[in-house]
Amino acid sequence: MSTEYRPGIVVRPYERLEKEQIEHLHRASLSILEDPGIWCYNRRAADLFGTAGAHVQEETEHGQPVWRVSFPAGMVEETVAKAPSEFVLGARNPENRLHLDADTPRIYFGSGSETNVWLETHMETFVSREDPEKTMTVPRFSELRGSSALLCRAAKLCDRLEHLDFFIRPVNIQDKGIDETNHDVNKFFASLNNITKHVQAGLTRLESLDDVIKMAEIITGGADELRKNPVLSFITCVFKSPLQLVADTADKVFSIVEAGLPLVISSSPQGGSSAPIQEAGMVAQINAEILAGISLVQLIRPGAPVLYGSVPVRARMDDLHDLYGCPEFNQYNIDCAQMARHYRIPCYSTSGVGDAKVPGAQAMFEKLFTDLYMAMSGAQYIHYAFGLLDRTNTFCPVQAVIDNELIGKVKHCLRTPKVGAEETRDAVEMVKKVMGTSHRLFARHARKAIHAGDVSDPFAFGAKDLQDRVVEHAVAALEKIEAEPANHLPADIQEKIFAEIPGLLPSLKQAG
Amino acid sequence: MSKQELLKKIAENVIQGRVVAEDEGFDEGYEGQPAVTELVEQALADKIDPKEIVLESLTGSMEEVGKKFDSGEYLIPDMLASAECVGAAMDILGPHLAGAGVESKGKFVLATVAGDLHDIGKNIVGIMLKGAGFEVQDLGNDVTTERIVAAVKESGAGYLGLSALLTTTMREMQTVIEALEKEGLREKTRVLIGGAPTSEDFAKDIGADAYCRDAFHAIDLLKEMPRQ
Repeated sequence: MSTEYRPGIVVRPYERLEKEQIEHLHRASLSILEDPGIWCYNRRAADLFGTAGAHVQEETEHGQPVWRVSFPAGMVEETVAKAPSEFVLGARNPENRLHLDADTPRIYFGSGSETNVWLETHMETFVSREDPEKTMTVPRFSELRGSSALLCRAAKLCDRLEHLDFFIRPVNIQDKGIDETNHDVNKFFASLNNITKHVQAGLTRLESLDDVIKMAEIITGGADELRKNPVLSFITCVFKSPLQLVADTADKVFSIVEAGLPLVISSSPQGGSSAPIQEAGMVAQINAEILAGISLVQLIRPGAPVLYGSVPVRARMDDLHDLYGCPEFNQYNIDCAQMARHYRIPCYSTSGVGDAKVPGAQAMFEKLFTDLYMAMSGAQYIHYAFGLLDRTNTFCPVQAVIDNELIGKVKHCLRTPKVGAEETRDAVEMVKKVMGTSHRLFARHARKAIHAGDVSDPFAFGAKDLQDRVVEHAVAALEKIEAEPANHLPADIQEKIFAEIPGLLPSLKQAG
Repeated sequence: MSKQELLKKIAENVIQGRVVAEDEGFDEGYEGQPAVTELVEQALADKIDPKEIVLESLTGSMEEVGKKFDSGEYLIPDMLASAECVGAAMDILGPHLAGAGVESKGKFVLATVAGDLHDIGKNIVGIMLKGAGFEVQDLGNDVTTERIVAAVKESGAGYLGLSALLTTTMREMQTVIEALEKEGLREKTRVLIGGAPTSEDFAKDIGADAYCRDAFHAIDLLKEMPRQ
């Protein structure tokens, strides 16, 4: 196991569920997997489940075959136990690798989620109608359609955001010249050529997998090197809630696992529509779906690295859209992090999503409300945390810069307490020393903590006058970050990739 | 260590904000080495003229620290650490300076007014004033008008600093100024006030000479005031 990886923050997890409650949910999930079981739309997966001891019955639904799979409890427990508790997600820069360990609540934050809209921000000055001498500068927004150039910009920005630990492309590529056949190679290349952190994405088309893997092997220096340093990994939403195993995604799971690369088994039921809204029902169902997915992975290749991907959300009751920045979101997701810990599988979780359409007070509430709670949950791999607005529909780079500041503060807040025999002894000495002076001030003694990096800086985008200037300051910060050079792949590696991988847009080649 | 080296070392340690050997500096690698207290004592043992220590090692260093604070390199704890160094050096040098031709910048009486127990701001002012070369007599907090006036009279202080944090106690400042007038001391004493509820307007209203936003503002104002 590599010893170089991003430090993350090891937290003391906030445990919402008692042991007994975890056991109740576990039993409920096993019971669901036995009866009614899952609706499996992939023959290969159904056969594999059947061979391993599940009861499989073929039926016809809308003229298509579906296999009803009923899992005996012991089978699920046995296969899930084969999933590794610990593995590394690689990165172009070895210092950016992630060490995922289910037994250590070390948290990492990253981006997401393939939005179609890129929100640009600029500041505009308005003159008061009442007093033309008075002006006010406020943020104005414009929407751009996602493109490969914008994805490059996003990757480059995310490489520079100190508190972002991994990259899931936050914007979809919809340029001319992109179609289903070259979508995957271009999205992975645009990402990998602009960021030195771990890159993760879904796979649009199974046929592209070989080219994507070949690209990653060129970058890492070969097939073995890629498996040792998996610079990319995949998200597979293999379950369509409730309890339906999707045919083509299951095929992708087979191929990714057989290729020896890490993946996420992600499920995202919506409480109130595709899952019960009640906490117990939601968690029992999503846990059943994820366990079935992880069982599939472990039946394909025992010991394959897999993340427990829980993205439970709640429905808004006025329009049935996903509602992220709400108490139930935290409850569901903390419970799932506990379930993943119970199974000793690293947890892929979510924070920083909300209904807000632009950066501002609403976005701040929705994001911080979930960022802090999910960090406290101890989920190892928290995605969606940078730049998302309008639920998961918009990516705003200025918001990503603000989120970087929020995540930095959250990480600082949850640092391991420095309270031991040495620290308390020093504290007593300090108190004695200061009480022996006429001024009784501890300011001078704060320096040691400041220099050790233990004292956090004030909020970076605050203002000293009677205006909220968060966005204004973040716009300036973004400009500064974007003026910095990108960490592109070396020119010879880019040449090799362009020579061997078909379908890449020439505009993505950069001076290495 | 030669005389010049020693004087330079004292200045360096003032800038680093190290009062005693166990203190760490602003930069790394200083802990355990002699600091301002030990170095000033050594300088005296080496018979270096105390006046020279003040002029060569202390005065310029605080200017340097002020610049570092203005540029954002130093934070308040760094500035106070350096000011404490100068204060500690002056405590050691004081008895040796009498008759050596070094005059302090002036005598300064400081107090938080009657009824008010808050003294953090006032204490910071005390450290900074000492660091700037004033002789400071700190009367503490909740100090009656009678005690303040008596201290000014007895010491012949040219400056009086009054502090209050409460809107209910800030009016005491006016009582002190009136009492100084009654005793015929007002003309001889500059009154500087500060504290969260006070303001420029309030200072004018009660007849104080200056309102100080914070300790650093106080030092800036004093630099511009004719010596009292």
